[in-house]
Amino acid sequence: MTGGAAALQAQLSGAGYVASDELAMALYLALELERPLLLEGAAGVGKTEVAKVLAALKSAPLIRLQCYEGLDASHAIYEWNYQRQLLAIRAAGESGAAGPGLEARIFSEDYLLERPLLQAIRQAVPPVLLIDEIDRADEEFEAYLLEILSDFTISIPELGTIHATARPHVILTSNGTRDLSDALRRRCIYAYVEYPDPATELAILEKRHPGLEPRLAAQIVGFVQALRREDLDKVPGVAETLDFAAAVSGLGVADLTDDPGTLQAALVTLLKTQADRARVPSEVAQRLAGRAA
Amino acid sequence: MSGVTRFPARATGPAERMAGFMAHLRLNGLAAGVDGTATALAAAARVDPTDPGQLRLALKAVCAGTRDEADRFDDLFAAWWLNRGRERAGAGPGKTAEPRRRSPFVTEALSALGRGQADRPEGGEGAADQSGEGRLVGARVARLDRTDLRDLVSPEDIAEAEATARRIAQAIRDRRARRFRADRRGARVDLRRTLRASVATGGEPLRLFRRTRPDRPANIVALCDVSGSMTVYARVFLSFLKGLIGADFRADAYLFHTRLVRITDALRDPDPLRAVNRLSLMAQGFGGGTRIGGALAAFNRGHAKARVNGRSVVIVLSDGYDTDPPGMIGAELARLRKRGCRIVWLNPLLGWRDYAPVARGMAAALPHLDHFAAANTLAALAALEPELARL
Repeated sequence: MTGGAAALQAQLSGAGYVASDELAMALYLALELERPLLLEGAAGVGKTEVAKVLAALKSAPLIRLQCYEGLDASHAIYEWNYQRQLLAIRAAGESGAAGPGLEARIFSEDYLLERPLLQAIRQAVPPVLLIDEIDRADEEFEAYLLEILSDFTISIPELGTIHATARPHVILTSNGTRDLSDALRRRCIYAYVEYPDPATELAILEKRHPGLEPRLAAQIVGFVQALRREDLDKVPGVAETLDFAAAVSGLGVADLTDDPGTLQAALVTLLKTQADRARVPSEVAQRLAGRAA
Repeated sequence: MSGVTRFPARATGPAERMAGFMAHLRLNGLAAGVDGTATALAAAARVDPTDPGQLRLALKAVCAGTRDEADRFDDLFAAWWLNRGRERAGAGPGKTAEPRRRSPFVTEALSALGRGQADRPEGGEGAADQSGEGRLVGARVARLDRTDLRDLVSPEDIAEAEATARRIAQAIRDRRARRFRADRRGARVDLRRTLRASVATGGEPLRLFRRTRPDRPANIVALCDVSGSMTVYARVFLSFLKGLIGADFRADAYLFHTRLVRITDALRDPDPLRAVNRLSLMAQGFGGGTRIGGALAAFNRGHAKARVNGRSVVIVLSDGYDTDPPGMIGAELARLRKRGCRIVWLNPLLGWRDYAPVARGMAAALPHLDHFAAANTLAALAALEPELARL
C-alpha cells in the first residue's frame, strides 16, 4: 500500500496496533470522508482497540457508548439531574426566592447530565466516539442513532437544538448477534476484522511484549493459531494470545514443550469454557505445541 | 442484439465506469445505493487510482456492507475492472446488462416464480452469449447440472405457507424482557420520570408515570433438511421457510444435506429472479445424502454463536435419517441447548400411521427436544400453532 492509507497504517503500528491493509484503508477513508466506520468480527480480534488507538493517535478524548438491550435516550444522550432540580426548588421555596427566574435556572446547563452522545458533539476537539456492540441495542435505538450520525445535532426541548462544535470520528462495532439495518450499513464505511494471520499476530505480539524471546513468540503464535483450528466453543482472540504470552513469560517458560503441567496451567488464559478445557487435554496441547515448535 | 446499451465496456470517463461498476454490484446482489457512486468516486479520489490493489481496498470499504458481501467483493471487482471471468464470446463491443430491478419483466416473472422460466436474459440465450456483461461466468454455467428449486415452489404454496408461517411466528413470538420501558398501564411506577415531571409542579408528584416489562419477540431459526429422503417434502418446507422469512425480519433460515448453507439473504432478496438463482446455486448437493450431526456441528460452531440466544426457537425440519454416528446428533443438540434456546423438531414421517422414531439419529435427538411433531403437509404445519404457542 502507498499514500495516506499506508501512512495511517504506519502511524497505527507506531501506536502499537497492527492493522491489516483492509482495516487501514477503511479507517483512512472513514476519516477522510467523515463517515462512521462499522467494524464487524468475532469477539477479541481488536475492534474496540482500534478506537482506543485512534484516540491516542489524534490525542483526542475517547468517548464510549456501550450498547445493551433496552438502552434508551436518557442513557445515551442526556438527562436532567432531577434530584438537584428538586433540591433547588425546595431551597428556593424556603428562602422565598421562587419566581420566574427559577425555572430558567433549573433547566440550565448546570442541571444537565451529559451522556456519551451529547458529550461527543460538545467537545472542543473532535473526539473519537466508540459505539460498542451496536447489535445489542434495540432497532429503535439504531434508528435514532442514524439520525444523530447524519446531522450531529441533538434537540433538548428545554434548551433548544445543540449543534456539534466538533464532528466526532465515529466507530461502531458489532459482533453480528443480529442483522443491522441496511440504512445503517449504507451510511457507514465497512470492514470485517478477521483473526490475524500468523505473521500479523507475531507482529502484534512483538509490539505488545517487546521483551519476549523471538523463538518463544513464534511458538506461542503457532500454538494459538493451531488451537483456533480445533473444534472449540469459544475461539481465543488476540487479547487472549497476549494474556497467554504474559502468562507463559511470567511463569518463566522458555519453551512450550518443556513442561506439560505449566502449559496446561497457562491454558486458562486461552480456554474459557469447561467444555473447551475438556477438549484440549495435556496430550493435545503437547501435540499442538510440538507442531508449533 | 437486443438489450439496451447503457454503458459501453470501455466508457470514457471514470464517473461512467464507476456508475457501471455500481450497476454491476447491484446486479450481483450488493446493496449499492444511488449515492454509492458519489461516495465511491470520493473514495477513489483519495487513493492512487492506478493501483488496482488500493482501489479494490478503498471500494471494498465503501461498497460492502456485510461479511458475505466483503467476501464476494474481490471477485466482483476483478470481474469488472480487470475483465476476469466475464463472458466475452462476442467480438463486438460488450454491453452491460440493464439493471433488472423493478422492470416490467421482473413484475411478470414475480408471478411466474416457480414455473421454471425465471432466469432468461432478455433476448434469449444467444444474447447472453454475445453481451460482455460483468456477471461471473461461473454463476451461469455451473448451475445447469444442479437440481432446480424453482420447480419446487408454486405461487399457491407460497401464499399458503406464508400465512401458516406468519401465524406460527406469532404463536411462538413473545417472551418477557428483563428490562423496563414506559407504558401507560404498566405495573410499576417509573420513579425517575415521575420525579422529573414533579419538578414542573413544584416537587409534588401529581402525574404518575408507569413502566412495564414489554413482550419481546423470539427469534426463529429454521434448519431444513433437503437430503434425498426429504425431497418429496422440500416443496412444502421451502415455501414454509420463505413464508417465515417474509413474515418476520428476525427469522433466520438454513438448508442442510451434507453441508449447511444459510439461505436467509437469498430468501429475503427483493429480486425474485436473483433469489431463485441464489437458492439454486446453494442447493448444490440437494437430494443427496444427509449429515444431520455434521450440519448441526457446523451450525453450532459458526452461526449459532452469533444468532442463537435464550430468546431463540430453533426449528429442525428433518426425518432423522442420518449417515453420521447417532451419538453426534444428541451431543450437538445438547450443545445447542446450552445456549438457552428451545428446540422444535418437525418430522414429516411422524404423520404416518404406526411410525415410531426408531431411526437411531432420531432416538438420540428425542431427549433434547422441547417439542416433536408431525409436519408432512401444510395443514399439519398449521395445526402446530397452538402447540408451539405453549412452549
